[in-house]
Amino acid sequence: MSVELCGLQLAHPIINGSGTFDAIAARRAFGERLREEFPFAAYVSKTITLAPRAGNPPPRLWEAAAGLVNSIGLPNKGLDGYIAEDLPQLAELGIGAGANAGEGVVPLITNVMGASADEISALLEACDEQAQIAAIELNVSCPNVATGLDIGADPRQLEQVLGAVRGRTRKPLIVKLTPNTADVAACALAAEHGGADAVSLINTLRAMALAPRTGGAGGNAARWLGGGTGGLSGPAIRAVALAQVAAVAARVAIPVIGMGGVQNASHARDLLDVGASVVAVGTESFRDPATGSTIARELASGGAEGRRSTQPA
Amino acid sequence: MSHAPFGRRELTVTGIDELGAYRVLRAADDGPHPEPGQFAMLAAVERWGAGEDDRPYVLRAFSVARRRDGESHFLIEDVGPGTRRLCELRAGDRLWALGPLGRGFVAPSDGRRALLVGGGVGIAPLAILQDTLQGEGAAGATVLLGFRDGTRAEGAALLSGARVATDDGSVGHRGFVTELLAAELDEDPHAVVYACGPAGMLEGVRALCERRDVPAQLALEAGMACGFGACFGCVVPKRGGGYLRVCVDGPVVDAAELERVDEHAGAPA
Repeated sequence: MSVELCGLQLAHPIINGSGTFDAIAARRAFGERLREEFPFAAYVSKTITLAPRAGNPPPRLWEAAAGLVNSIGLPNKGLDGYIAEDLPQLAELGIGAGANAGEGVVPLITNVMGASADEISALLEACDEQAQIAAIELNVSCPNVATGLDIGADPRQLEQVLGAVRGRTRKPLIVKLTPNTADVAACALAAEHGGADAVSLINTLRAMALAPRTGGAGGNAARWLGGGTGGLSGPAIRAVALAQVAAVAARVAIPVIGMGGVQNASHARDLLDVGASVVAVGTESFRDPATGSTIARELASGGAEGRRSTQPA
Repeated sequence: MSHAPFGRRELTVTGIDELGAYRVLRAADDGPHPEPGQFAMLAAVERWGAGEDDRPYVLRAFSVARRRDGESHFLIEDVGPGTRRLCELRAGDRLWALGPLGRGFVAPSDGRRALLVGGGVGIAPLAILQDTLQGEGAAGATVLLGFRDGTRAEGAALLSGARVATDDGSVGHRGFVTELLAAELDEDPHAVVYACGPAGMLEGVRALCERRDVPAQLALEAGMACGFGACFGCVVPKRGGGYLRVCVDGPVVDAAELERVDEHAGAPA
């Protein structure tokens, strides 16, 4: 069931969504067996920014109906910390480098985000110099300092920014689209025109939650999340993801990485059926870190064929 | 630190015992032996979801309260749709468990005596700590437990020889468990404090121990989706800026790592 993505050879079509699996922390929890049982065919890092970020003040989570709203705020060590501290630790896990004899390397896809073409250029150039990094995923769910509008929310702006930065790296560039836009397929097409080698979607849907009422009638709209708003993920968004992935795959010629609420091989098969080349698992890994391997195994054995259920039933 | 097997495991519930306002959920467990203070993420295999607000969805974090005779014990208080579903489980039902996770308590050193201070459902990790200290032949640990009321104070039976405080005075000392702790430290300050409970109690313990220069280890709680460092949801501010992830940097932290214990960020219940 091996697949090729932008020149990367993947052992199977299941990877992780950015920010939903921290291989370095997982090694602390699960020990060295993580390396043998690594669930993903490629490892996508959390979003890396130029400067370190502490992330949003808590609370950062809200459990929704069949899903989760998170407002994490992209905590990371910054580009220099990532290169100096994280890359060597990832190599120890066989991610991007450091394979033992008879073992494949798990390709490393580094996710980056910047608020301007200059910032993004600096990130791409730095990643380009790292042999350990196989591909770069650009998170465009970030307000452009020049316009205040999310870079990926408007096709013209997205194509313009990509045009300015694309030449900074020879590595494959994946654009992680935002679903919080009027026409995601138009944004995907703009990414393709701007030089993207692949697109990935869907990111979380903008959402919020109010703090518990503490008596009195109405008028209390205090927000629960420390960041004010957050992003909804999990099974709650699966049908939205299917529609957006289908719309994008019908519009672009470059590969599509599909994700959103995937819990099992049947859900992954749905995204592949509408045109995704690779499927990412995100929130479900929180409920079982081995979900990626389980899905890959079931897909390989054909276990998800013909299991689409009839509704209502 | 005991590492967890990679992936959640299916356990079989062997029983559920009433303990005042709490339940002790027991499950057959042949997994790694947890260290005191480590925790597991739990969910019912059947009917996890479709409760209040169409929850629960993520697994729920519980300290391992005891590991004995091939069983893991968890102390549960029904405070939301997830804990409610777990309280409904009966012998023979199936339980998802991921763990043991996190950093546990560190044994006392330089001849200090162990003072175990717990509040409410937070007494759970102190039970397995007491078991372990007794097993190592250490001098009997002093156990001080605080509860809101008499029904909850029945939970004190989880540990042996506990002295109890209740907010309403229905059992033991009327007042806070931190008052019992202050009296103990007046008598003999050569101690190390192990504490778990609500944020207000932990902050009381932290401040008291800081004033008296007594080392303290605090088992924290926070809203948590994964338990293994993936979601970054369970952070608490650390001394000097930035955040700790309760799941992988804790749940047990040295009190010196914190400037204060904030009201925790509402664990999904």
